[in-house]
Amino acid sequence: MIFLSRFWLFALCLVAFVARAQLTIDIIGGGATTIPIAIVPFAGEQAYPPSVTSVVGADLARSGLFRLIDSTGIAPRPSRPEEVRFGDWTARGADAVVVGTMAPQPDGRIEVRFTLLDAAKQVQLAGFTYAVAPAQLRATAHRIADVIYEKLTGDVGVFSTRIAYIAKQGPRYELLVAEADGFNPQSVVKSNEPLLSPVWSPDGTRIAYVSLENKKPVVYVQSLATGGRQQVANFRGSNSAPAWSPDSGRLAVTLSKDGSSQLYLINADGGNVQRLTSSGGIDTEANFAPDGRSILFTSDRGGSPQIYRLTLTTGAIERMTYDGSYNVSPRHLPDGKGFVFVRRDGGRFNVALQDFATRQVQVLTQGSLDESPSVAPNGKLIIYASEVGGRGILAAVSSDGRVKQRLTAAASDVREPAWGPLPR
Amino acid sequence: MKRLILTAVLTVVLAGCSTTPTPESGAPVEERTAPSGAPGAATSGTTGGNVDGTATRPGQMNPLRDPNSPLSKRSVYFDFDSYAVRDEYKPLIEAHGRYLQSARPGRMIIQGNTDERGSREYNIALGQRRADAVKKMMMLSGASESQIETVSFGKEKPRNAGHDESAWTENRRDDFVYQGE
Repeated sequence: MIFLSRFWLFALCLVAFVARAQLTIDIIGGGATTIPIAIVPFAGEQAYPPSVTSVVGADLARSGLFRLIDSTGIAPRPSRPEEVRFGDWTARGADAVVVGTMAPQPDGRIEVRFTLLDAAKQVQLAGFTYAVAPAQLRATAHRIADVIYEKLTGDVGVFSTRIAYIAKQGPRYELLVAEADGFNPQSVVKSNEPLLSPVWSPDGTRIAYVSLENKKPVVYVQSLATGGRQQVANFRGSNSAPAWSPDSGRLAVTLSKDGSSQLYLINADGGNVQRLTSSGGIDTEANFAPDGRSILFTSDRGGSPQIYRLTLTTGAIERMTYDGSYNVSPRHLPDGKGFVFVRRDGGRFNVALQDFATRQVQVLTQGSLDESPSVAPNGKLIIYASEVGGRGILAAVSSDGRVKQRLTAAASDVREPAWGPLPR
Repeated sequence: MKRLILTAVLTVVLAGCSTTPTPESGAPVEERTAPSGAPGAATSGTTGGNVDGTATRPGQMNPLRDPNSPLSKRSVYFDFDSYAVRDEYKPLIEAHGRYLQSARPGRMIIQGNTDERGSREYNIALGQRRADAVKKMMMLSGASESQIETVSFGKEKPRNAGHDESAWTENRRDDFVYQGE
């Protein structure tokens, strides 16, 4: 009979709870074209499971833009660029090959060396060497995937970023931050009352969120490094919809303290409250432009919820959406050329993209209750919340609508995703 | 056999984990008990305190607890996408407004709610509008501005967890919570 001491029982429970809130990511739609790439297991990597190349391969496959080419059966297995016989790989249909080595150093760190080669042109495209502690191997794999992604697609990779989200299990709510591949969720705050609207400071150090623990919506700012947090908006009535300025110094918030839900600016510590709108109705869901000069927001001042733009220097307000009777939740693209939002059409809620210059709208998702979009810092992927079978899941779609991912957590409803900034 | 026992033990352990508290690795959040939104249970007797701290006169039930009084009803319901107060609820709202006027400086919180459809933050604002609409009406019936605080739960705290019209109807709602209940 197996005897489980109290300690082990507790440890198992802890693992089980965290494991239930971990995200599993599945690709359900791929890009228009995929780049065939062979990632050859690095020499020496079996000593450090889970292997670096398995994380690199999973990152690239999950982007929907790469097709992994199997490297079994090619012997001897190349680990240095000079060992690569390009004909072996083009015969298998690979356009690119990645080889590498891992070796322990006397100081306890591990040297990870990799090279990316173009199999058709028979040239090296990139190569780096890292010396890292064993605990950093997963992060190193994400960096390698970023380099490969950037070299072959021309876009910045986001494999080294983190995603915040809210998990609900029965009456319990938890704000979590995980790696972009869903691994290693870290708890930011737990509550028996709802949590919503997490938003990352652009410098990546803090998260603002709304908590109902005081039986009313209150805005908090919490430091990720220390776990310390501060109430930054707890005025009479409801306080919600925080949005960071690009310099991480101020927040736009929605306060009902003066009689209706309106937009205000506050310092990141809650001081210096400045009113921005005066519509007498609903103004909410502020989102700063990347250049900090304007704010998109949702307002019903025209009779139905639509998206408007406030230019901060002049105070001018311009309506942005005209199609349909419900357009909400605007989020700028990082290049400033457009924004994603949620539109309701025929009773269904979907994420759409509007270009500022052309005003053209492209509907990106096909669920029925899609909400809360957040844009990856390279502007190429949009994560959002959805519902399948009555269960809250997250999903992601590429900005051209082709790549689709589903992110689920066992035994939890997940919602309110927020994509973190590029690491500095 | 050993594997079967291990599986069984793990199943029991993991099932038990759903109620085992886990340590706070993030910021601890204080649990505060708060007045519930449900109508107060009718109490018998004459010792129930009134919201302004006065005692009920002997032989008279606290009107807030009297199931025959409209004051025992604490919820009004709204149409989809709307914060307009329906005519059928005006007498109820006026009754609470007059009661607050008589019970100064007693206070009330109006909690606004929405159904589950649409943006969470827009629904916080819509719930807020629903609460403010009723507050205005109570003030017209005699309550003073400082007696009523309005807050919104948006779609975060549905009374009915279903995903159909009847659940949505029940959730588009303001609840009145008197201070001290």
